[in-house]
Amino acid sequence: MPEPVLVVDDLHVSFRGPDGPVPVVRGVSFEVHEGGSLAVVGESGSGKTVSMLAVLGLLPGATVRGSARYRGTELLGASQARLRAVRGAHLGMIFQDPMTSLNPVLTVGRQIAGVLRAHDRRLRSAAARARAVELLDLVSIPQPDRRARAYPHELSGGMRQRVMIAMAVANRPDVLIADEPTTALDVTVQAQILDVVTRLRREQGIGLVLITHDLGVVAGNADRVAIMYAGRVVEDGPMTATFASPGHPYTRGLLASLPRLDRRRDPVPIGGAPPSPSSWPTGCPFHPRCPLAVDACREAEPDLVALGDARVACSVVAAPSHR
Amino acid sequence: MRRYVLRRVAIMPLLLLGIVTMVFAVTRLTPANPLVTIVGERNLGNRVVVDAAKRRWGLDRSVPVQYERYVANLTRGDLGTSFRTRQSVGRDLSDRLPATLELTLAALVFGLVSGVGLGIVAARRRDGWIDHLSRLFALVGSSMPAFWAGLLLLYVFYSRLGWLPGPGRLDPRAVTPLRRTGFYTVDSLLAGDWNTFWASVRHLAMPAFVLGWGITGIVSRLTRASLLDELGADYVRTARAMGISERRVVAGHALPNALLPTITIAGFSFAFLITGAVLVETVFSWNGVGSYAVDAARSLDYPAIMGVSLLGGIAFLLTNLLTDLTYALIDPRIRLS
Ligand SMILES: Nc1ncnc2c1ncn2[C@@H]1O[C@H](COP(=O)(O)OP(=O)(O)OP(=O)(O)O)[C@@H](O)[C@H]1O
Ligand code: SF4
Ligand SMILES: [Mg+2]
Repeated sequence: MPEPVLVVDDLHVSFRGPDGPVPVVRGVSFEVHEGGSLAVVGESGSGKTVSMLAVLGLLPGATVRGSARYRGTELLGASQARLRAVRGAHLGMIFQDPMTSLNPVLTVGRQIAGVLRAHDRRLRSAAARARAVELLDLVSIPQPDRRARAYPHELSGGMRQRVMIAMAVANRPDVLIADEPTTALDVTVQAQILDVVTRLRREQGIGLVLITHDLGVVAGNADRVAIMYAGRVVEDGPMTATFASPGHPYTRGLLASLPRLDRRRDPVPIGGAPPSPSSWPTGCPFHPRCPLAVDACREAEPDLVALGDARVACSVVAAPSHR
Repeated sequence: MRRYVLRRVAIMPLLLLGIVTMVFAVTRLTPANPLVTIVGERNLGNRVVVDAAKRRWGLDRSVPVQYERYVANLTRGDLGTSFRTRQSVGRDLSDRLPATLELTLAALVFGLVSGVGLGIVAARRRDGWIDHLSRLFALVGSSMPAFWAGLLLLYVFYSRLGWLPGPGRLDPRAVTPLRRTGFYTVDSLLAGDWNTFWASVRHLAMPAFVLGWGITGIVSRLTRASLLDELGADYVRTARAMGISERRVVAGHALPNALLPTITIAGFSFAFLITGAVLVETVFSWNGVGSYAVDAARSLDYPAIMGVSLLGGIAFLLTNLLTDLTYALIDPRIRLS
């Protein structure tokens, strides 16, 4: 297997709170291989966005520990100048809300050209504009020439998200981090956007980190999956295996809550609410909602341990007796 | 957009007529006698002189007739003759307008440039010493009355230190540059007269500073606040995630958005400058429309008061229009609707 492009290892992020630091991400690890794809799934507040922003050095107010290496170069603690050269050029990122994530007073062509020129000082502005039009065409925007001169508010949500993808892949990054790229869009548009992302990944060999809180979105769009809960990865493994036989009770709950055609049972939502970073439950953070919880779950927080092809952080499921 | 501008321009005469009517009513209702100015205090008892003067200035007619005549003359571009200077008011105003424009424009440019600049630095170095200093500067600038600030500065920099010249647009004995625009700075440059140019800039410095100070204060605080807002916006995070340099992020992405509210305030502050100019011109013996307005009001010089008000109204309306146009220039969302 080739060396991973991006390796995140034991990432911790905390913010300053009124009563001391608030640990939001607590030891997240994942890898992205050349051209590989990873879906990161978890409920709102589980720390998906914060993890990615921390890797890119975009959380000025936070305390970040651990390691994030791009092709062997450590990113955490790197200078802003170094990070700037990596962001947008080697690691691209797109965001959830295409309404507010583009600058309202600049044409989309200019915004794309700006990203190109940020990483190539010698690029003339005319050449950058021409390239911007090509990129709009690449993400399947009709009449790219005309659309390049449009302002964000003149485009639909789906179009804006395509523009954002065009910006993120403009400099042919090795990894594209897509943070809930379809959550704010209509269902039909969601599929189109995912198609664009998947096509670019295949055509250009871009690695993908697809963040979502909707397991349904990831099925056909990633080969591996990492499930996040309360600032940690509680299960990771190959997509098909995880879908076929989920290990962690939380993953099972997520799958059971999906409406599925091939099953007669109605979707069952996970009971209870996701915990908040200022008061994570002790022991296994999932225990207040977990159907398999035993007394010991309250005591110690389980580590990720191998279970078949996957890794699971649950002391009950991972116990020899359970296997 | 074009239609919108045309409509705005088309209703201007109507608004101006409103201003004229109101000012007309107010001046005629003032319980004082303009004849004091016209014939002098000593002649007030002299019937012959007073009657002649009344006829000469049309004050023997009823107020509605006077109003009708005034408006009729106005449509022909005739603003009447000043009781005090005995010159046409139009002439008086055009003589003095450049002095006021030079002062207010200098104050506006100073206020906007220093305000936006301070605002940016204060936002980038939030709670640093520049931020605190600019907060203090803003507070003093917007709370200290202009005439008081003017007198204080004159005392310090002219009387005590002698670093800057005293009141006036140039030294009393200096030769004024050949009039082309009426701006001494521009005219002296056009004449290639560097000494006069420098002298006029030095004379302009204090009054423009006093007049622009309040604007610096408002604009710097507003720019700071809205820039901080914009720097937290999603599109700024996008720009950073794309590897745009921090300088570009601030200047090219956040600032244009942050300046939108500033433009509105700049428009308002120009109106504020017009009133401020009255005080500052008086303190600095600046021979402009402001000091003309004070003299006109003191002597109840009806035509002059009307003329000044009309000019102020026009300036106000044009500024509003200009503000909207600038706004639309920056914000494409406005341009369409
Ligand atoms: N700048 C910040 N300062 C303090 N707390 C923050 C900050 N950014 C995020 N958080 C907190 O960190 C936690 C994780 O946030 P994050 O945005 O990573 O969640 P997420 O998994 O992306 O969820 P969502 O699906 O809602 O996007 C949340 O509780 C959030 O309130
Ligand atoms: S450790 Fe216990 S509470 Fe946590 S997921 Fe496993 S069974 Fe549930
Ligand atoms: Mg998120």
